[in-house]
Amino acid sequence: MKNEPSPEAWAEMHRRMVLTRRLEETLGEMFRSGKTRGPIHRCDGQEAVGVGACGALGQEDYVATTHRGHHVYIGKGLDPRRVVAEIFGRATGYCGGRGGHMLIGDASTGVIGGNAIVGAGIPAAAGMALSIKIRGENRVAMTVFGDGAAQTGICHEAMNMAGLWKLPVIFVLENNRFGLTVPQDRQSATGDLAARAAGYGMPGEVVDGNDLVAVFRAVASAADRARRGEGPTLIEARTYRVEGFSTSDMGGYQDPDEVAEWRARDPIRLSASALAPLIGAEEVAAIEAAAREEMERAFQQALADPMPDFAFHAPSSPYAEAH
Amino acid sequence: MPTMRYAEALNAALREEMARDEAVFVFGEDVGTYGGVFKVTKGLMEEFEGRVLDTPISEQALTAMAVSAAMTGTRPVLEIMYADFMPLTLDALINQASVFSYVWEGQVEMPFVLRTQGGGGVGTGAQHAKSLDGLVAQVPGLKVVAPVTPADAKGLLKAAIRDPGPVIFLEHKLLYNTRGDVPDGDETTEIGRARTVREGTDVSIFATSRMVLEAEKAAEALAAEGVFAEVIDLRTLRPLDLGAVVGSISRTHHAVVVNEGWGFCGYAAELSATVMDHAFDQLDAPVMRVAIPDMPIPYSEPLETQVIPDAGRIAAAARRALA
Repeated sequence: MKNEPSPEAWAEMHRRMVLTRRLEETLGEMFRSGKTRGPIHRCDGQEAVGVGACGALGQEDYVATTHRGHHVYIGKGLDPRRVVAEIFGRATGYCGGRGGHMLIGDASTGVIGGNAIVGAGIPAAAGMALSIKIRGENRVAMTVFGDGAAQTGICHEAMNMAGLWKLPVIFVLENNRFGLTVPQDRQSATGDLAARAAGYGMPGEVVDGNDLVAVFRAVASAADRARRGEGPTLIEARTYRVEGFSTSDMGGYQDPDEVAEWRARDPIRLSASALAPLIGAEEVAAIEAAAREEMERAFQQALADPMPDFAFHAPSSPYAEAH
Repeated sequence: MPTMRYAEALNAALREEMARDEAVFVFGEDVGTYGGVFKVTKGLMEEFEGRVLDTPISEQALTAMAVSAAMTGTRPVLEIMYADFMPLTLDALINQASVFSYVWEGQVEMPFVLRTQGGGGVGTGAQHAKSLDGLVAQVPGLKVVAPVTPADAKGLLKAAIRDPGPVIFLEHKLLYNTRGDVPDGDETTEIGRARTVREGTDVSIFATSRMVLEAEKAAEALAAEGVFAEVIDLRTLRPLDLGAVVGSISRTHHAVVVNEGWGFCGYAAELSATVMDHAFDQLDAPVMRVAIPDMPIPYSEPLETQVIPDAGRIAAAARRALA
């Protein structure tokens, strides 16, 4: 079937989801023991969105993500060790410690990049798509953004231009039901965010955001459409934020039953049970164990890496020579 | 050397750079079919098919798209119709362009130019007459230029388009019809270099954009009184040509700074502080600041003329410095 992942591709995505989960869990443990710096925004339970979406793209395609983008970093194939190194401010991190976990970028794999201003990734991807169109390239640009970002004004501006100019861009709306601590039905005039696509002259589609293959299929088909010059697609991937907004979140606003229901629909377990008939349950277990080990090794290596040296950054400093 | 209007000089720069480099494209409100409200982009849409885009009124997203398009292989030249609309662009400049130029340094370049025009004097009212130079000149990573002559309009725009960027290019609505000699051929004006307009021995007047013309008139008036003012056109607001500033003060020992933005926390304030930091020992009197008073720009002619700095106020400031 067209836009169906091969068993090998699915296994690789499954591996990346497990890598991401282990990253998030380890960060949670390290936060609790006081070993992290600044906030961490975990994406546990949402791995299928970032990994499935990135899995449907090529290395040359661009992606812009959010403050909660670890599944996109790992999904697009970044080196776990360098991701962890950036989170811990090491010289070996993707930004040499300048960016932190929200601003990781790697031009060589098209990750341009994390963004901690809610909504900013949306025009960023539209601008990359404009660049692709001006240069006549065959790439696509994608943004993964939340239901909170969908309420910003810049989202409207960017989607309008993307639709107007038929830009090769994929808008993956990762609806995790919360913008900060406020549930989506108290932030949005409509519960059907994908329906907004009609106002921008593009197709809008709802997919189960905890179903890796459903996300993959939707994005692969949107990418085909974009490469054919038919313009953007809005994909609303419905999922749930089972951890807090960030490590500083003190909770108290989520329905525990609802959280439990979504935890029971764990995207990794769903993927594992559907993948097992294709490659064997033992192989799935082996992939998961190897991924967990790889992430643990990434932490060990990254934490042993050196801290960066400070340097002024003054390409346009009014008086650089005076420092 | 041919004589050209300022607007024609800008048009020539755009045409030459678009012909030289296919990655250069122009977008903004009214820039296409209409040729720009000040006719700076006249004729370009016909000449460069697909590389001149009329856009919706979406300054926020357009600026963010310029940033990401520049990071992915094109050289966008974005026109923001009035400097008063710059507040809409600030997230893209402050939280995107400035941040990424630091955290992703070495991975991406950001060769975009944001052209805009400010200034008052023709009854455009409080939301269409401001100069917000200080607002953008404060931001690390941005370069800010403000030509006053047609020759520099062309030379600096060519340099800005070729610069690894980003460059904020400040024009003035009262300059578009001014005429001047413009060198033939591929001449650029180096970013970061001030221009001595008139040599003098008694007081240095540092001015930007149209204020340079007022400073010249002030210098004429002062010369009739036997006071010889040196007039320096800063041309580049950031990075400031500190050598030219300190050099002039070390000859005259008196300084007047002139900018058509607000005085408090404005570009003139920064320039005063910079002079104090670097040339205090050379000064025989406090630095005099000439800027817009602490209020919005009024509409009615007798009100507006009270707030826009002119030769009379500049000369009075010079006399105070020398008193």
